[in-house]
Amino acid sequence: MGVSKADEVDDGDNIVSSHKEGLEAPVKTAVDKFQLLPSFLKVRGLVKQHIDSFNYFINCEIKKIIHAQGNEKVTSDVDANFYLKYLDIFVGEPCVEQDYIYEPITPQQCRLRDMTYSAPISVDVEYTRGKEVVVRKGKDGKQEGSINIGRMPIMLRSSRCILAGKNEAQLAKVGECPLDPGGYFVVKGTEKVILIQEQLSKNRIIITTDSSGSVAASVTSSTHERKSKTNMVVKHERIYLRHNTFGDDIPIVVVMRAMGMESDQEIVQMVGRDPKYAGILNPSLQECAALKIYTSHQALEYLGSKVRSRNMFTKQKRTKVDEARDILATVVLAHVPVHQFDFRAKCIYLAVIIRKMLEAMLNREAVDDMDYVGNKRLELAGQLLSLLFEDLFKRMNAELKKSMDATLSKANRSTQFDIIKLIRPDTLTNGLEHAISSGNWAVKRFKMDRKGVTQVVSRLSFIAALGHMTRISSQFEKTRKVSGPRALQPSQWGMLCPCDTPEGEACGLVKNLSLMTHVTTDEEEAPLIELCTTLGVEDLSLLSGEELHSPKTYLVFFNGTILGVHRRPNRFAEVLRKLRRAGKIGEFVSVHVNPKHRNIQIASDGGRVCRPLVIADKGVSRVKEHHMKELKDGFRTFDDFLREGLVEYLDVNEENNSLIALYEGDATPDTTHIEIEPFTILGVCAGLIPYPHHNQSPRNTYQCAMGKQAMGNIAYNQLQRMDTLLYLLVYPQRPLLSTKSIELVGYDKLGAGQNATVAVMSYSGYDIEDAIVMNKSSLDRGFGRCIVIKKSVVPMKKYANRTADRIMAPELQSSAKGGVQVVARQQLQDHDGIAAVGEMIRPGDIYVNKQSPIDTRNNVNNPMALPDSAYKRTPQTYKGAAGETAVVDKVLLTSNDENHFVVKCLIRQTRRPEVGDKFSSRHGQKGVCGTIVQQEDFPFSERGICPDLIMNPHGFPSRMTVGKMIELLGGKAGLHNGKFHYGSAFGEPSGHADKVSTISATLVKHGFSYSGKDFIYSGITGSPLQAYIFMGPIYYQKLKHMVLDKMHARARGPRVVLTRQPTEGRSREGGLRLGEMERDCLIAYGASMMILERLMISSDQFQIQVCTKCGMIGYYHHKLKICLCSTCKSGDNIATMKLPYACKLLFQELQSMNIVPRLTLAEA
Amino acid sequence: MADASSGEHEPELPPHLELQRTRVVCAPDAPSYTESVQYSGAYMAYGVDNSLRIEDFCKNLRVEIISMNEEDIEFDIVGIDAAIANAFRRILIAEVPTMAIEKVYIANNTSVIQDEVLAHRLGLLPIKADPRLFDYKSEEENANEKNTIVFKIDVVCTRKGERVLNSSVTSDQMKWLPEGSEMPFNTMTKFTSFGSSQKNLPGLPAEGISCQYPDIIVAKLRPGQAIELEGHAIKGSGNIHAKWSPVATARYRMLPEVNLMEDIQGKLAEELVQKCPTGVFDIEDVGTVKKAIVARPRNCTLCRECVRGTDWDKRVQLTRVKDHFIFTIESTGALRPEVLFTEAIKILNEKCHRIITELS
Repeated sequence: MGVSKADEVDDGDNIVSSHKEGLEAPVKTAVDKFQLLPSFLKVRGLVKQHIDSFNYFINCEIKKIIHAQGNEKVTSDVDANFYLKYLDIFVGEPCVEQDYIYEPITPQQCRLRDMTYSAPISVDVEYTRGKEVVVRKGKDGKQEGSINIGRMPIMLRSSRCILAGKNEAQLAKVGECPLDPGGYFVVKGTEKVILIQEQLSKNRIIITTDSSGSVAASVTSSTHERKSKTNMVVKHERIYLRHNTFGDDIPIVVVMRAMGMESDQEIVQMVGRDPKYAGILNPSLQECAALKIYTSHQALEYLGSKVRSRNMFTKQKRTKVDEARDILATVVLAHVPVHQFDFRAKCIYLAVIIRKMLEAMLNREAVDDMDYVGNKRLELAGQLLSLLFEDLFKRMNAELKKSMDATLSKANRSTQFDIIKLIRPDTLTNGLEHAISSGNWAVKRFKMDRKGVTQVVSRLSFIAALGHMTRISSQFEKTRKVSGPRALQPSQWGMLCPCDTPEGEACGLVKNLSLMTHVTTDEEEAPLIELCTTLGVEDLSLLSGEELHSPKTYLVFFNGTILGVHRRPNRFAEVLRKLRRAGKIGEFVSVHVNPKHRNIQIASDGGRVCRPLVIADKGVSRVKEHHMKELKDGFRTFDDFLREGLVEYLDVNEENNSLIALYEGDATPDTTHIEIEPFTILGVCAGLIPYPHHNQSPRNTYQCAMGKQAMGNIAYNQLQRMDTLLYLLVYPQRPLLSTKSIELVGYDKLGAGQNATVAVMSYSGYDIEDAIVMNKSSLDRGFGRCIVIKKSVVPMKKYANRTADRIMAPELQSSAKGGVQVVARQQLQDHDGIAAVGEMIRPGDIYVNKQSPIDTRNNVNNPMALPDSAYKRTPQTYKGAAGETAVVDKVLLTSNDENHFVVKCLIRQTRRPEVGDKFSSRHGQKGVCGTIVQQEDFPFSERGICPDLIMNPHGFPSRMTVGKMIELLGGKAGLHNGKFHYGSAFGEPSGHADKVSTISATLVKHGFSYSGKDFIYSGITGSPLQAYIFMGPIYYQKLKHMVLDKMHARARGPRVVLTRQPTEGRSREGGLRLGEMERDCLIAYGASMMILERLMISSDQFQIQVCTKCGMIGYYHHKLKICLCSTCKSGDNIATMKLPYACKLLFQELQSMNIVPRLTLAEA
Repeated sequence: MADASSGEHEPELPPHLELQRTRVVCAPDAPSYTESVQYSGAYMAYGVDNSLRIEDFCKNLRVEIISMNEEDIEFDIVGIDAAIANAFRRILIAEVPTMAIEKVYIANNTSVIQDEVLAHRLGLLPIKADPRLFDYKSEEENANEKNTIVFKIDVVCTRKGERVLNSSVTSDQMKWLPEGSEMPFNTMTKFTSFGSSQKNLPGLPAEGISCQYPDIIVAKLRPGQAIELEGHAIKGSGNIHAKWSPVATARYRMLPEVNLMEDIQGKLAEELVQKCPTGVFDIEDVGTVKKAIVARPRNCTLCRECVRGTDWDKRVQLTRVKDHFIFTIESTGALRPEVLFTEAIKILNEKCHRIITELS
């Protein structure tokens, strides 16, 4: 191996030298590495991070959890001999129990039947029954024999999912779309994603400055058992430790002393003997002396006095000293292991923190950047689930123990005690299911209570669903007005999409992964640590403080803990990297040498973002032409590239140790890596934009948000699904101007838009403010036509008294002609009383003729023989806008796993575009349809081409969407060339985007102007227009916002019962409010009668009787036909007046609070 | 006009005004003089009468057919104003009637394609039936043999061994029902009331009525799926819905004219020939010098390549003749393109008559 390595290096040298010699020689064409991308995505998939994380949890993490201390054994407080020990855990295949038979289940069934796609969790156990020890074990992964402890929702396309490894035809068989990425759960019929959560790194020292500008350090320790945050702050030039177990800030030297560093010299040595450090440390040392703390015991006593006394329930009372020592060992900096109160490792760790702080005090540049992506970790579904699972598992064991103790404490039991019967699978099943379906992640141990962790997968469009899987939400508060966390970080390069973030309050906090990003999972630490020691890391325990900071050595950190020091850091890092490239250690282990801090960071923890890069030796790419050929021919996969050390994953930290060339041609001898493809910097949503690098950046961001609202195809199984709301385009197209990402993602197969011929010109004045003018004939022929499908569910309830809802056949009545006919509103029903598929449905029509029992409480002897009179009609009527005809698209009769019968109806509407519907190109240029014009009035070109829509040129200057113009040119050239042109981001040098010059040449070849501007005749006058018109195809998306769903007006209508004012909102057919500001206008204008009319007469005018004597409200006695005042008990002084009902209500409410409002009336 | 007496020399416009009057100048940046000069006294100052006289119009009007087949026609009309040419174009697109399916009665549709979409697709099928044989059908009128053509589609997709039969429904599976609707098998109502069979309709071709193209895919089926429906075609015009438009498109362009402002010789001439993608220019050998000539001006698509680059706009001038229109009609098939044009003339004629009667 050593020899071959040397050879490699030599080779590299030769190439470089030959390079230098023949500068004039023709440059070797750069290898087209694009093919790596599809094969990367083939191996990894678009949402591999979720699936990997879940797989890791299901296969490894879950086993670690049950073997963890405190989880593995359940013992009894009553019977010391009794125990239950978990031997193994196994998550099975997704299945459903039906009539006591387990049947495999598909995700599509779960969606349709409102079930959870979950698999049983079974455990192998060993426990005592009576005097014998029983072992219950499943046979090679099979459930039989083992114990079922609950059900685990299964992520789609994970290793346990039935879809794993299936090909397109097999997927079609189980009703699944092959382009669907998976990575989400199906819980109670709804698809749920667990969003990626962004957090600050655990177990790392982070130096910050606080609000006053003084240096502070914080470490968030996280182990399986405990999470704690330790802060170190500087106050009055002294360093203090701040921890929530202590009531006060503790001088740091006291802590050190408590941990056994009794001499000041040792402390100073440990921190660093350099006088500049010692000088700053001096006040802290003096403070300790002032407190008269010289020994470890004194220090612990001091600490003990500061401990915030918490749980009073601890049984054995310990001394304060013991308590303090225990806290220091297990709570403060919990991730640094302390064995038998040997605090040395922790002391060194603390010293290193202090040293870092001192450095930061001397040099402000040493302060860490909180927003640096290398300091972030992404928490994925697997990690979140494992937290939850462990909590639930602990709870289940606690419950088990409780019920076991209760049973065992009974003196004489009739049957032999068998603990298996006490295991309740519901805790886990319901806990997991509920957490995923509600998104409330409550983990008691860590006092974690997060809301909104999961979201319903957005199925508005294919891209929306895909984009949802790559979304990262940040823990930052959205309301805070800080710019730091929201800003684009340079270290995001290639990892997180620079375009795809929402506008508004979540801007910059919600991010999206780039195309090639991978998120790591945890990796076994012990072998790596061992390897490091073999590679020459000198162990911590062998070093004195002096040696620790000697200028010759680098500190070696492993996942945040200090391993020791190394004398040849670069060599060490190089060897580790070589081992990684050779596949001897995990491909995601990162090694980062930091000369500034003089340390080496080795990381194998989960949640780091990383991406693949081509390795270069002295600037020469390791991937050669023949490799790519082999890949193309199918002899090679992406994993082969990884295994052979041609390509490797780099995380953000290690990127800082490398020099990455964008293109092979840019490589210098110092270059260590070469990018695979520059456009992978963008994510899936931004990948749809052609020529995004020619656009003004916010436009790309707008498009990322709008692409998710575009109608089109959702999935291949879109008509088999029963979505609550489905928007489909009747004739979706694939964009004429494509990008490589589009093809990788599958947008060319599930497009969401149409190629419209656009003329950029002014027309009719109905095109101001981004409005577009549309060609009526295009609409006649199907442009922008869409289908809207709405679901309505009719649950058939079962009641406690064993009665149930029922569906009756449509009612009949005798018709005028004689004979019988179905009553109105029910004519669309079939004989079974459910709407027939294909029938037109109008508002008010009854689509399910349901009846419910009147009495649902009292027990009924024979629920089946209930008379008709015992039922009341509870029909399901269709509520839609009047005048709109819809069609019953599909009816599904099914039952869920609890045997509840459900009727689901899909009601479909086909809509053609109308004035006010919203359209958008792929460049953040949205606009509504301003007017629809007859084709003969539309301008036409010499070739007879008539545009589908006209866009106003004013949309261009301020938006600077040059990409849109190039899209038009490229599309036009593509039409005449008969091929799709490409516009991948930054693709011109690598040939993934056609250059404008070549496009122009194509246009000229086909007799068009190079500029794309045509000679156009006016359709109205017939003479040519006085300008050449920029015309060609642009991919247009129809957005889900349509006037039909929004238009609203009312003259009269429903009122609110309480105030008798008109209702609010379109859904309640509400009035249009004349608000405060409008009222102000009317006041200013002096239109008093208008105000009276708007605010009272047309709203909630009410007539009351007022007693002029007492000023109270009286009433009209209908029998006696006189007005009375109930206070004065007379009807003499009653006046009738009109006031708003809300005013009368106010008076009565005041009266109820013992406040008497009196009306003083004047003669009018 | 007094001085325009016979024998004396007719006054002429100066060349630049004559150019403005009769040509559209297509400069590299923008076309100019696009509007035609209507006012009769526009050039009074030069003593030129700009009025249009019917005798002149009759004398100058010229129609020349360039090419013609079943579907397309290309012909030149010389001597009319853009407005007139445009009127023909507009009438062709929007007002010449055809037959198209307007109502679809679906008895069964188990295919993936939605009923509305299927109906929409059927509507867009071009029907080979002479619309002149039929009447317009008003909303309240009953469907009869004079105003409705009935088609039916009854297709079941089946699996026969490995093969799938009827996996796509094409337009030739649409069967003409000359006797009217067969639909009401279980209802008492009839959708049509035909007095006689349409087969006997005078002027109908022997092969009957069908879709113009037999291979248009209407829907796709999988085994077990079926479509059974009836489509009722009525007469209509393109301004109501594009399906009634008898043309794929009708268009015109003004006759291109390419002027060489100076002699272009040698290298420049070769460059010019190279520049033009449509082969407007040729090289003529005049002795030893190669000279560029304008060989095929009709080919000019106005890509303006020849006037691109420094000084080229001074050497070449692209213009369009304002009263010469190259008219192209692409028929959808119901009527032959030349018939369509005469129909358009008839409609325009009718409109003129209507205006005249209304004015008088």
